[in-house]
Amino acid sequence: MSILVNNKTRLVVQGITGRDGSFHTSKMKAYGTNIVAGVSPGKGGQQVDGIPVFNTVEDAVKATNANTSIIFVPAPLAGDAIMEAAEAGVELVICISEGVPTLDMVKATAYLKKKGVKLIGANCPGLITPGEALVGILPGNIFLKGNVGLMSRSGTLTYEMVNQLTTNGIGQSTCVGIGGDPVAGLYYQELLQMFEDDPETEAIVLIGEIGGDAEERAAQYIKEHITKPVVAFIAGQTAPPGKRMGHAGAIISSGSGTAAEKIAAFEAVGVPVARRPVEIPVLVKELMEKRAKA
Amino acid sequence: MKIHEYQAKEIFSRYAIPVTKEKVCYTVEEVVETASSFEMPVVVKAQVLVGGRGKAGGVKLARSVEEARTAGEQILGMDIKGLTVEKVLVAQGIKFNSEYYVGLTIDRNSKSVIFMASSEGGVEIEEVAKDNPNAIHKFVIDPDLGMTAFLARKIAFKLFNDFALVKQAVGMFQKLYQIFIDTDASLVEINPLVVTDDGQLLALDGKMNFDDNALFRQPAIEALNEPDEDEKKELEAKEKGLSYIRLDGTIGCMVNGAGLAMATMDLVKYFGGQPANFLDIGGSSSPQKVIDAMNLLLSDKNVKVVMINIFGGITRCDDVARGLVTALQQLNVDIPIVVRLSGTNARQGLEIIKEANLPVVNTMSEAAQEAIRLCAACQ
Repeated sequence: MSILVNNKTRLVVQGITGRDGSFHTSKMKAYGTNIVAGVSPGKGGQQVDGIPVFNTVEDAVKATNANTSIIFVPAPLAGDAIMEAAEAGVELVICISEGVPTLDMVKATAYLKKKGVKLIGANCPGLITPGEALVGILPGNIFLKGNVGLMSRSGTLTYEMVNQLTTNGIGQSTCVGIGGDPVAGLYYQELLQMFEDDPETEAIVLIGEIGGDAEERAAQYIKEHITKPVVAFIAGQTAPPGKRMGHAGAIISSGSGTAAEKIAAFEAVGVPVARRPVEIPVLVKELMEKRAKA
Repeated sequence: MKIHEYQAKEIFSRYAIPVTKEKVCYTVEEVVETASSFEMPVVVKAQVLVGGRGKAGGVKLARSVEEARTAGEQILGMDIKGLTVEKVLVAQGIKFNSEYYVGLTIDRNSKSVIFMASSEGGVEIEEVAKDNPNAIHKFVIDPDLGMTAFLARKIAFKLFNDFALVKQAVGMFQKLYQIFIDTDASLVEINPLVVTDDGQLLALDGKMNFDDNALFRQPAIEALNEPDEDEKKELEAKEKGLSYIRLDGTIGCMVNGAGLAMATMDLVKYFGGQPANFLDIGGSSSPQKVIDAMNLLLSDKNVKVVMINIFGGITRCDDVARGLVTALQQLNVDIPIVVRLSGTNARQGLEIIKEANLPVVNTMSEAAQEAIRLCAACQ
């Protein structure tokens, strides 16, 4: 098993004829992801990489039974694209687009909640279940099938961490980039519970950063609901207050949302926090061995 | 993006939210002229895009035109947290009985706009949040419904017993929500909201911040932007597809991805160095981006060594390497450079770097340590 995506994923790509959409469609397909359709308004009837293109997500779902959608459309159109996918009946939407207005995300997340559809992102690298499905822009070759579930607000930092795990022989069940925006889809709590319920996942790595209090809430949730070992890392210990560090959501405002507060929250509930990326595989190994003995 | 108090109150006025009679002034003469046409007293307030003006002496009460002149002379040109005051707001002094706080912002947890209200107005709300969090009432607004009259009433009854005030507040709160939505704000605050001697609600001070991601559809708001020197550099970088924030250290960092860029700064600090900046060159980096990034780093004279940390996903390491070699040919670089390349096309990238006789390291830890060593050596 794994979470969210696997070999049963039937993917539709919204924005498949665009530069990023077509490029990553070929990468995902090469990895082995089952891509059944693409959507590009006005380009219905065409093909990209042998994949049929439709004018609407509804047409695509009706014709191909797609159950998951990935979005590569420009940010001003992304909120609408997310709602279109949910309305068409997919179960999971992944939005890669960066720079989506926050109020568009407020509206879209409320609609998806009503429809019971899950969302990852926006402003995220997507997710991967190694060996089964790559749904996003992650470099597939660095991942290794295994038993560590990983979630992260950042893209390249995820690659760095995964590379540390893989080169130390620690494989991953599913790795999820939850995105760097203040209002986003599935977040730590939901994913922690999914990994807790997934028999294939034995340990969890949580990569957070400055801004908001989601890490503090996650720490509380781990204390109350999670029995599997969790290891954390927080980026932005040297970030100055009041400045947006690249991600729209990475900002220390009015003195709260600092790395120090988040590290303290995790350590208070017994979750070890790596001070450097290289410590992650060491901590994971330690905890997994301890759990195996217990 | 932030705007000044007077600009926020201009927006309030357009939505018929009562504000003080006031005028923005750029010179002492204008202050005197404005004060002469107002009834006494007046308040002279520094207009700078930073909090804590009052504590810094940037807000003064004047009981006569002469006092207003003195206040104008003192405040115009003064320095508040590194910013020079270039304009002041001259506002009619108001007698009031009580002060409140109301504000709207985005709540990440509920993924909604929330309305915040407190009877402890007139002080910084962050302090209230710390000392007495129960004094702040929070209400989640359903995006489908918006600010309904019943919700506005519920909030108003938390603040006021007098039904006449509740009725005024309901209209005001609905308008504030409308402003938030119409302008793609990320924060709208009235602090303090006062009840005047004659029983009117009035915004004595106002604050608005906006969602940078939505500025493309808010040209009127974007036109109000007044970036300071650091922000100008950040905007310039943004136009080239770079995300840059200057810090005070000596080790210039060039990284792809915001999270990795933060982690790189943290690592430099961990090993005892000081990062000079945050710089994310983004995904799919073309050689030109690397040249622009190098230019940006070298424009900071504090930078003594450049550390490049790339984990190729969409970014191809050979693109970065080619850009770097071109940058070194075009620019006069007289400081050491440390390069770490991993991920997509790293092998090809490293060959290019080696041919150019640049030092190469294998991990980000090694890169940070080498950068610190070189930095110490060149000082």
